[in-house]
Order: sequence, then C-alpha cells, then structure tokens
Amino acid sequence: MNDILQGLARAAKLVVTLNADLVEITLLSLQVSLGAAVIGSAIGLPLGAWLAINRFPARRMVIALLNALMGLPPVVVGLFVYVLFSRSGPLGVLGLLFTPTAMVIAQVIIITPIIASVAHQAIRELWADYHDLLISLETTHSQRIATLLWDGRRALMTASLAGFGRGIGEVGAIMIVGGNIDHATRVLTTAIALETGKGEFDMALALGFVLIGLAIAVNLTLHMLSRTERGSRW
Amino acid sequence: MVNPMMVLDKVELRRGGRVIVGPISLGLRDAGVTMAMGPNGAGKTTLLRALHGLERVSSGQIRWAESAEALRARQAFVFQTPILMRRSVLDSIAYPLRLKGVSRGEARERAAACAETVGLRVRLKKDASTLSGGEKQKMALARALITEPALLFLDEPSANLDGRSTREIEEILTHIRAGGTRIVMSTHDIGQARRLADEVVFLHDGRLVEQASSAAFFDAPQSNQAYAYLQGDIVI
Repeated sequence: MNDILQGLARAAKLVVTLNADLVEITLLSLQVSLGAAVIGSAIGLPLGAWLAINRFPARRMVIALLNALMGLPPVVVGLFVYVLFSRSGPLGVLGLLFTPTAMVIAQVIIITPIIASVAHQAIRELWADYHDLLISLETTHSQRIATLLWDGRRALMTASLAGFGRGIGEVGAIMIVGGNIDHATRVLTTAIALETGKGEFDMALALGFVLIGLAIAVNLTLHMLSRTERGSRW
Repeated sequence: MVNPMMVLDKVELRRGGRVIVGPISLGLRDAGVTMAMGPNGAGKTTLLRALHGLERVSSGQIRWAESAEALRARQAFVFQTPILMRRSVLDSIAYPLRLKGVSRGEARERAAACAETVGLRVRLKKDASTLSGGEKQKMALARALITEPALLFLDEPSANLDGRSTREIEEILTHIRAGGTRIVMSTHDIGQARRLADEVVFLHDGRLVEQASSAAFFDAPQSNQAYAYLQGDIVI
C-alpha cells in the first residue's frame, strides 16, 4: 500500500515538475503508438470494409485468420521483426533495428488485425443496411468503401482506439526491437519494466500512473474532437 | 407495342431451389405509369427489383430496346422501407449527386431545392433517422428524384402512410409523369392504382395473370383472380 501511495505522490511530482526524462519517454510512447495506430488504421479500416462487402472463396478463412491474429503474442512479433531487421537479416541494410521506426513497424503488425477485425464487424452491419441503396445507385467499389467508412466513422473510431490501446500498453515487441535505450528508444512500458527490475517500485508505479493517464487523455481528446457520446449523435 | 422499352422473355427467379417469380414474359412501353398489382407474395417487389437489375435472373432474359438507352442509363429506385443513411437529411438527399462528382456546396443546394419539391418541410440539418414515417418516404423520394431519372421504380411508396402523405406523394408522381418520367411501381392500394396507372400488370403467385391498360383492367378484368382482387375478395 505504501508503495502505491509513494508511487502516486512521485507521479504527481514528476508530472507537475515536467521532469525532462518523463516528458521525453512519454512523448516517444505517444509518437510510437499513435503512429502505429494511424498506420494500422490506414491499413485495417479499408481492409475491414473490403472484407465486409466482398464475397470470395477464402473469405471465411481470412476472417478466421484475422480474428486469430488479434491474439498475436507481441514477443513473437518482436522476435520476427528483430530477425527481419537484424544486421544479417533480409532488411538489415536499412539499419532500422533499435530505432523508433522499428518499434512502430512491430506495433503496426500487432494492432492492424485488431483494427481490421473490429472494423469488419461494424461495417458488415452497415453494409447490410446500405446494400440495396448502394447497388441501386451503381456505386463503384471504392465509392462503397468510402461511404461505409465515412458513415461508420464513429464505430471505426472505436476500432482505432482499441488498436491504440493495445499499442500503448504493449511491452514485449518494442522491448525486443527497440532495446529500451535511454534517450533513444525508451518508452513508458519498457521504462516500467526496467524500474521494476531495479526494485524502484515507486518510480515504476509513477510511470504506470502516467501511462494510464495518457491512455485516458488520448481517448477523451478523440471523443471530444469527434463529438461522440453527445446528444442523439451516433 | 409501338415504342417498347424492355421485353421480358420467360424470366424466372429461383432462390434456394424454389421459384419465386416466373416464368414471366411481357413487354413494357417507354412511357406512362405501369402498376404492378397483386396480393402479398405475388412477386411484385421481386419483379421490380429484377427490372431495375437488383436481382439475379435465374433463366430467361430481360432485353432493353436500343431506343430506350436513355431510360436504362438513368434509373432510380424507391424502396418500400426507406433506406436511412447515417447522415443529415440534406446530405442523404445530396448523396447521389456527390457520387457523380458534384461539389458539396452545389449538391446541398440542389438537395434543399429537391426537398422543397417533394414537400419535405423539416430542418434539413437534422439526422435522417429522426424523421417520421412519411418524412422518411419523402426523403427517399427526393433522393431518387435528385438525379432526374428518366425511369423511376417505386415499391409501394405509400404503404404505411396516412391519407395526406399518400396524396402528396401521388401529386409528386403525377407531376413527374407529366414531365416525361417513366414510372414503374407496385401498390396494394386499388384506389391509388386507379388514380395513377396507365397500365396494370397483375401478378399472382409469381406469375403474370393479366397485363392490360388501366381502363380495360378496372372495367373488365379478364382473369378470375383479378376480378376477385378488385371485388375486395381475399385472393390467396
């Protein structure tokens, strides 16, 4: 109990004094996970919509695979990206290992299936409603996807936020591909793991509270910007 | 038939091994109002959807006359249950124009004018889902009319509407028919069919029972089913 209280107090102190290290790793956390959420959404949302409106032989297989990939173990993804970008790996020449870019890539792999899967579910229902109208109006394939993405945007924001949530709290993959290097690739989750390992529980807890606060702040900001959960809006 | 629009040649639609409509052979002229009539399950909706190209035809074929290319290219369909988009009333009506690449501002302007034409007097900024039943139907009609279709399909456009809304919708249809729009619609309402139809296609159990001019059909129906239907008997 004492640790938790001390952690809270230290978190408050770190935040109020705008501790330089804290600001740095918090910003990197945001940068990596928001970046991954944006890229993951750019891939996952159209993919989900595309799966919802197209019928092809392996469709059920693809959807089952997508749902299974939601549970992809981050450590394995991290290992995979590590091998890919390591000096002797196929993409080693790019020199991306132990950089924020590699961390973003790993997180994109982890969260895209989540975003695509949630988006697919939401778009499928909307497509059932819109089907006859969009066929009657002779919409092209891309017009259908654009319409469904736009009209389903509120449900899709949930998909993106779910992806962001998974990314910001993720430690296994970014630890491996980022290496938790101070002033380079250290983010909140890897810093927490480090401080816990060192036995600095109050510092670890302080970072934990900052992380939770950050996740809440991002969600609230997006809801406010998009004006969801207000009045009769969808 | 002087000016044919389309010809149906032994058209049949099967779903899950069961015949829903057909085989039907008939020809449609390129002007006026054709009314599909018949009891529930007669195949009115399916026939309309097949004519519009929404349903896959299992056998037989639908042929368009070459002279009817303009009609074929500019069709619109008003569904029995209005399809509501998650948009404002104004943007719902403007949507078909936006698909054609019309700018947002111009599309909204024309949508507002179109809402006025169909007598949709509501705040156009509000969500389409908040409209009443009659308003939803008028919104769907405005959305169909905004591209100025040459051929308009309506599937029981005034089912579930009260007398006043029905009259307003009939006035709009009469008006656009006078403007040269070809109308193919279905109805349960014998009075409405009398008021609007130039020609009646009477269906029963998925088959064409009778096709006749409105005057001939209502004065002297040739089939027992049509006779009984017009008498108000229950036709099963």
